[in-house]
Amino acid sequence: MTTYFNEMFQDGQVRAPYARLEDWTRAMPAELRQMKQAEAEALFRRIGITFAVYGEGGDPDRLIPFDMFPRVFTAAEWARLERGIKQRSRALNAFLVDVYGRGEIIRAGRIPAELVYRNNAYEKAVTGIVPPKGVYSHIVGIDLVRTGPDDFFVLEDNCRTPSGVSYMLENREIMMRMFPDLFRENRIAPVDSYPDILRRTLASVAPAKCEGEPTVVILTPGHFNSAYYEHSFLADLMGIELVEGQDLFVEGEFVWMRTTEGPRRVDVIYRRIDDAFIDPLCFRPDSMLGVPGLMDVYRSGGVSICSAPGAGVADDKAVYTFVPEMIRFYLGEEPILKNVPTWQCGKTDELKYVLEHLAELVVKEVHGSGGYGMLVGPKSSKAEVEAFRGRIVADPGNYIAQPTLALSTTPTFVHEGIAPRHVDLRPYCLVGERIELVPGGLTRVALKDGSLVVNSSQGGGVKDTWVLAE
Amino acid sequence: MLSRTADNLYWIARYMERAETAARLLDVGARIALIPSAHGYRNEWDSLLRAAGTAVGFGKKYGDPIQRNIESHLFFDRDNPSSVASCITAARENGRIVRTALTTQMWDALNTAFQELKTLERMPRSELPQSRLTEWTMRTTALLRGATDATHLRNDGWDFLNLGYYLERADNTARLIDVKYYVLLPSLDFVGSGLDNYQWTTLLRAMGSHRAFHWAVGGEVTAAKIAQFLILNPQCPRSLLTCVEGATQHLDRVARHYRRKTPAQEMARGLMAELAELRTEDIFEEGLHEFLSRFIRETANLAGVIHEVYLSGDAR
Repeated sequence: MTTYFNEMFQDGQVRAPYARLEDWTRAMPAELRQMKQAEAEALFRRIGITFAVYGEGGDPDRLIPFDMFPRVFTAAEWARLERGIKQRSRALNAFLVDVYGRGEIIRAGRIPAELVYRNNAYEKAVTGIVPPKGVYSHIVGIDLVRTGPDDFFVLEDNCRTPSGVSYMLENREIMMRMFPDLFRENRIAPVDSYPDILRRTLASVAPAKCEGEPTVVILTPGHFNSAYYEHSFLADLMGIELVEGQDLFVEGEFVWMRTTEGPRRVDVIYRRIDDAFIDPLCFRPDSMLGVPGLMDVYRSGGVSICSAPGAGVADDKAVYTFVPEMIRFYLGEEPILKNVPTWQCGKTDELKYVLEHLAELVVKEVHGSGGYGMLVGPKSSKAEVEAFRGRIVADPGNYIAQPTLALSTTPTFVHEGIAPRHVDLRPYCLVGERIELVPGGLTRVALKDGSLVVNSSQGGGVKDTWVLAE
Repeated sequence: MLSRTADNLYWIARYMERAETAARLLDVGARIALIPSAHGYRNEWDSLLRAAGTAVGFGKKYGDPIQRNIESHLFFDRDNPSSVASCITAARENGRIVRTALTTQMWDALNTAFQELKTLERMPRSELPQSRLTEWTMRTTALLRGATDATHLRNDGWDFLNLGYYLERADNTARLIDVKYYVLLPSLDFVGSGLDNYQWTTLLRAMGSHRAFHWAVGGEVTAAKIAQFLILNPQCPRSLLTCVEGATQHLDRVARHYRRKTPAQEMARGLMAELAELRTEDIFEEGLHEFLSRFIRETANLAGVIHEVYLSGDAR
């Protein structure tokens, strides 16, 4: 029987950051809790935060479940996480500039060349480009799990367009509205500066050709996208236009948007669509979401694209294994945050180990995301394990395996009352002229008893995440 | 502002106004059905469907125009793009697309309308008398209108919202008059004969102007007075003159704001100048139906030019 680290109770004692929450839950009878839960749901629905799950059909206006029990970090715990996250974000960006440039890390033999240059996410179209301020990935979402008081592991990096930050902000708003007393009693660091910092970050990477105040826009695939709410939410908080591909066009050396007053020049595009779709002339010709000619303007320094095309090669699950090596190579530092040991099924000896220990491991598709197409060995039936074995053998290069981590739990409101549930954490690191991180992130919680999968598409919920001030 | 955003705002307003018209039609139809008339109630329902511009679609799907079918068609039917449900869903979807251009209160009004609509759709029809459907629609559209008035910045977005309201209302009013005129008067001899007064009164009700008419005009109800009230009276909130005046003002505001005139301003002013000079006799001389057809065409042209110069994004 695995023992899991409970972030609130340790050896029968309440851990310090949660001290005041014990009184709070004691003073909350079941009826009040249900009333508050209903109130929270009504607020979410009214605001319009919903989450459509790809491939599941059903109600496009489904709510992501919100758990009112907050997750808490002390200032000291956070300080260490913050250093680790910033360190990692810096190294990932150095890696990107390097592999689209001279490729020193490959020449030094620290990362195999084919892993980078043969990677599907490696964009040959941007080789030689150094984006403004040397930043490829401007918003780095680093998924963390915890297994003990001081043990944090990076599960994966998200260097393209990590989503979920709107939940971080809205969860906090709703908690403050429903439980103002909690915020008076606990000194909780605010997160609401995120949109301002994001706007500053995006403006700081304006292209050299931009004179004066840069015009920044968010490029969305449109209102059918599951993260559309987030796109419009961020645009609103930053006071910038939310555009679709059809709103932009290329003329001369610049990108323009169609306005009621005629064309207006755009300097920085925070795109929330994949590389493959941003320019049909350069990438997928069937894309209706992008802007024909955008890449030419980008290459000639007429516009900045955030994240920069090609950034995806840094968050590939196979490249992930080498991030600690990147930190040592580019920064000359030891990694503050640990990686989860990972076996590449593409390597014969590692595949052998994986197949022998399948029932103990977590197996993921290299390019998969969102908790789709993964196997959690200890939580699966024999038949499921065997079926998955067949898929791995058929295409080993497509899979990696990791030990099943004993994910920490935090108290969570469930039907029967309060029970421990497994959680992870995604903080959002902003990289521009400076590297910044608001104190908090998105905590996802696996609401099903015993489940280790926190993805909202697989029955996960979200929690407010607190960082206590000193 | 992005052209697409302006376009969405404009259409939110049009859809909401259209939903209101559908609800009014439902109300007036139900009322007529309670009163015996020379033509029989069937004719009345038919004329309403023509006003809504959906008589053909209705016939194909439902056959006989009985009240329950009409309610389904004008309120619930998603196949009918002008039904209350279709319009409110479309307005809310447009609102979702341009969330950033709406105030919280406006979005709240739109989104609440949509959530309530879904509740109504799940309820058994026996629990939903027509009066409740109409009242709900009127309240819902009024809420958005009120929220817009109270909270929206007086910027170009405000102008495009109002252009949508005014152009849709102008079109709806003209169509309503035209249908009553065209359908209910078998020959021109009847004009002003008094025989059609009852039908004309129904028309006033359809525009929610039954009482307003008496306050603003008073005296004997005649076709000429009603035509004057609904077409040329600046006091009537739905008259063609009021609508064109509103559209002209908002277009002028846009031109000042952008420091740039377009053919749209010129066109609106031309239309306005004509209505301001016009007398009721002139309209009857031209032929009411002819006049209305021309007016509908001209407002459609104006909407087309507004699309071209502001909403399409093609203007340089």
